[in-house]
Amino acid sequence: MTGRETGSAVLGAHRVTLAYGATAVVHEVSLTVDAGGVGLIGESGSGKTTLARALLGLLRPRSGTIRYGSRDLAALDRTGRAEFRRAVQPVFQDGSEALDPRMTAAASIGEALTTHHRIGRDRRRARVAELLDDVGLDPALADRRPHQMSGGQRQRVAIARALAVEPRLLVLDEPTSALDVTVQARILDLLERLAAERSLGHLLITHNLGVVDRLCRTSHVLFAGRVVESGPTRDLLVRPAHPYTLALRDAVPRLGGEPPRASGRTEAAPAETGCPFRLRCPLAADRCREEAPEDREVAGRRVACHRAEDVLERAGHAQRQ
Amino acid sequence: MTAPVVPGAGAAPPALRRTPLRRFAGVDRLAVAGAVLLALIVLAALLAPWIAPYPEDGGSATHPLEALLPPSAEHWFGTDQVGRDVLSRVLYGARTSLLIAVAVLVISGGVGVALGVVAGYAGGWVRDVIMRVTDVFLAFPALLLSLALAVVLQPSVTTVIVAIAVTWWPWYARLTASVAASVATRGFVDSARCLGVPAPLIVFRHVLPNSLTPVLVQLSLDGGGVILTAAALSYLGLGAHEPTSEWGLMVQQGQSLFTTNWWVVTFPGLAILVTAFAFNVLGEGLRARLAR
Repeated sequence: MTGRETGSAVLGAHRVTLAYGATAVVHEVSLTVDAGGVGLIGESGSGKTTLARALLGLLRPRSGTIRYGSRDLAALDRTGRAEFRRAVQPVFQDGSEALDPRMTAAASIGEALTTHHRIGRDRRRARVAELLDDVGLDPALADRRPHQMSGGQRQRVAIARALAVEPRLLVLDEPTSALDVTVQARILDLLERLAAERSLGHLLITHNLGVVDRLCRTSHVLFAGRVVESGPTRDLLVRPAHPYTLALRDAVPRLGGEPPRASGRTEAAPAETGCPFRLRCPLAADRCREEAPEDREVAGRRVACHRAEDVLERAGHAQRQ
Repeated sequence: MTAPVVPGAGAAPPALRRTPLRRFAGVDRLAVAGAVLLALIVLAALLAPWIAPYPEDGGSATHPLEALLPPSAEHWFGTDQVGRDVLSRVLYGARTSLLIAVAVLVISGGVGVALGVVAGYAGGWVRDVIMRVTDVFLAFPALLLSLALAVVLQPSVTTVIVAIAVTWWPWYARLTASVAASVATRGFVDSARCLGVPAPLIVFRHVLPNSLTPVLVQLSLDGGGVILTAAALSYLGLGAHEPTSEWGLMVQQGQSLFTTNWWVVTFPGLAILVTAFAFNVLGEGLRARLAR
């Protein structure tokens, strides 16, 4: 229907609407996660974490389906669900939150090892050491509790725990935003290496465009719970076709360059009628107030904007300067 | 095992290493004071048959000729109406009071924590049902409900324990539910759910241990309250009865003599005060320590 779905996708959302109580925070989002990495970009409040929770099966969609392979997640039987749990693992923003403060690294990773399989004590210890080594940690850290480790170490333990069940896909929810910049870079190195070595698919949720550029072949830009632009990450970043993607890109500070200037009224709420972005859009025209833009194909990506061609034009100008 | 031991290798830096001594020294002095005082009381209760000067006076012995003797070298706390040594009875009374306190805290704490943690983790209608039931219990004034129960049942130590436990568990259920509900939203619980850990195991392994600390503080704060309530019930004749040594009962029996033979009522009263105080100091100390 959307033309974006492929048979090989491990995980996908199909016209998913998510709500807390009466308030819908994600509207009819469709996307698939396959090999090569998929980015989900948006500012805080755009619904990206909510979407991640739904994809992890922690939140039931109000309408639409989350698909694991070709099956509906909500309709999975016991064994199907166990299989899904083994295949899809999360890495959350903050390792200190994702690890039980009362458990040592070995106990946290051990829990993952024993949940689906029986495994002897010696074998378990050996696997924990192996996994710690895989994520670049000294196996001697096994007996430490989260508060005895640094932020970067905690995040590595959380990644080791996720890898313990040998998943096919990781859902990375802002995996580096709680870390120092230098530590961020090393965690990204690790994720990049793991993805390549283990042919792991991943969905990377972030507000940091540089991160997506490194790790994701395709990306989706989420604004106010709607996908406004999706396509190859490079194209999106080099020549955005949606004014929101453009604004996000131009807000990235560059060393030695001009400090970034926010364009449009960033504090404006999403509009109720017409295009949700129009109140913040420097290009908003009459048409944007009257009708909500449909998803359409422009320059090799899907974009929901009446003036996508003009945005491309602008982005091209900025590129040449 | 075979690798040579390099000092400090792989271990936390010295400042982070938590030796038992450091941990002890770090605990608030108030909590230590309360714990020591309480330990002394427990010790006195356990050793009552050996340290009581007149062990038989803890029970039904009577010595009419020695009735109502004032404190002296033979009877440090004096004697009561039937000539029993008040010190011996206060020591034996510690057994009854502590037994009641521990039994009430274990029963009401156990029931309250179990229901609370389930309510807090499950949320939705499960939480609603459990919380409405606790609300019903909380709607009655606690002492009144205990009194009513104690009247219906036969007066005894067991009655006191049941009557108090019935009115106390809802507080622990409510406290645990609110703590568990916030623990349930934390990342490590989501992370366990994503692993496919079954819900009962998540509750037992992650939610319960991480919800317990404030409940333990509340339990130790409440120890004094239980002893006071038990004393009140016994005082009203609904709890322990003769010849059991129980502080509330002793106060009740001695109160008419207060103006003439002050020691009969004063020493058991002081025992209640000191024990309740010890529980409170311990609880306060723990709370201060955990707030840091």
